[in-house]
Amino acid sequence: MPNLKDLKNRIGSVKNTRKITKAMQMVAAAKLRRAQEAAEAGRPYADRMNAVLGGLAASVGGSDSAPKLLSGTGADQVHLLVVMTSERGLCGGFNSTIVKLARAHAQKLQAAGKTVKMLTVGKKGREQLKRDFESVMIDHVDLSEVKKLGYANAHDIAKDVLSRFDGGEFDVATIFYNRFQSVISQIPTASQIIPASFEDASGEEATLYDYEPEEEAILADLLPRGVATQIFAALLENGASEQGARMSAMDNATRNAGDMIDKLTIQYNRSRQAVITNELIEIISGAEAL
Amino acid sequence: MADTMQFDLVSPEKSLASLQVTEVHIPGTEGDLTAMADHAPLITTIRPGILKVLGGGETLEFAVTGGFAEVSAGATSVLAEQAVPASEMTQELLAALVTEAGEARDSATESSRDTADKRLNDLIAMGAQLGLSA
Repeated sequence: MPNLKDLKNRIGSVKNTRKITKAMQMVAAAKLRRAQEAAEAGRPYADRMNAVLGGLAASVGGSDSAPKLLSGTGADQVHLLVVMTSERGLCGGFNSTIVKLARAHAQKLQAAGKTVKMLTVGKKGREQLKRDFESVMIDHVDLSEVKKLGYANAHDIAKDVLSRFDGGEFDVATIFYNRFQSVISQIPTASQIIPASFEDASGEEATLYDYEPEEEAILADLLPRGVATQIFAALLENGASEQGARMSAMDNATRNAGDMIDKLTIQYNRSRQAVITNELIEIISGAEAL
Repeated sequence: MADTMQFDLVSPEKSLASLQVTEVHIPGTEGDLTAMADHAPLITTIRPGILKVLGGGETLEFAVTGGFAEVSAGATSVLAEQAVPASEMTQELLAALVTEAGEARDSATESSRDTADKRLNDLIAMGAQLGLSA
């Protein structure tokens, strides 16, 4: 049985841990709100962009001269996986779920004889994927210095991806991120960004637009932006998910620490009583012996 | 005929303006144009320039760096890559944009040289319009 002093120390240290996790939870909650606002503010742009691109793609799509970003290179041999994770840990299963999805995807492709290349965003995912895929990692984007995610960050990633595409380094690009569902649920999602695929949203209102310049020129101009927008949206979703995941993970940790403190306190009180009883017995039997 | 229409200006990060307006001057890639209510549906890319919005007796000006505009009968929306109210456009911001465009031009390939050149010139022209030097 641990002695009283040890128990007391232990309770003290768990109490400190609880203070830290509680503080982290509150910080995550504040950040989550901001991340959610950012994600919401970015939505109108992304929606409109997708609607316009969808309409354009539908009208140009079939022709031979459609940009490669839309129609693909005609091959499906080399896949680029852009895996987005967080820069910091202590956020529950957030990183593992993305990594698991990306790993399964990569293994499936490799089993089918495709070449896989990987671009990681965020330190944590890179660490986890390094073991299996270090040889196929082509680059890493470090966002640890970034305080507030801006479009510029997404723009840089998109530029990198697009220049690789233009250089013929890959045929298909897919991004992996966590879609924010709620604080307790984030859904790991894979979405293909090159060749671009659009949900058919133009069904209800088919306004006939004049295009200036020509449809194909517009499409060539907008597609790279569409890619950047998708990456930006994914970054924002991921940011919100990370904070959500951290918040619930820290909430759990705080609760567990509380339970542990209760248990240790009971144990501490019991042993204290046992010690007192022992001392009393000693005194009484000592007195009787006289 | 309605004489006002809905106008939205959004950038990837936020929505900058959403209001009823009578006319919008858009710096299109192929030339400036003015959109008013009941304009024929049009989608155009925009070049760096000044976007001018007239509505409710006041005039708003925004410096935009590119993107596209979608005009339909009852609404005009501009999706700008980057947009700031013209009064907040500073010398430093412009200089940063011009430097970036300059670098892009220097590293441009033969086929994209023209576009990059045009972008740089448009940015400088936009600065001149705002009374800033590049």
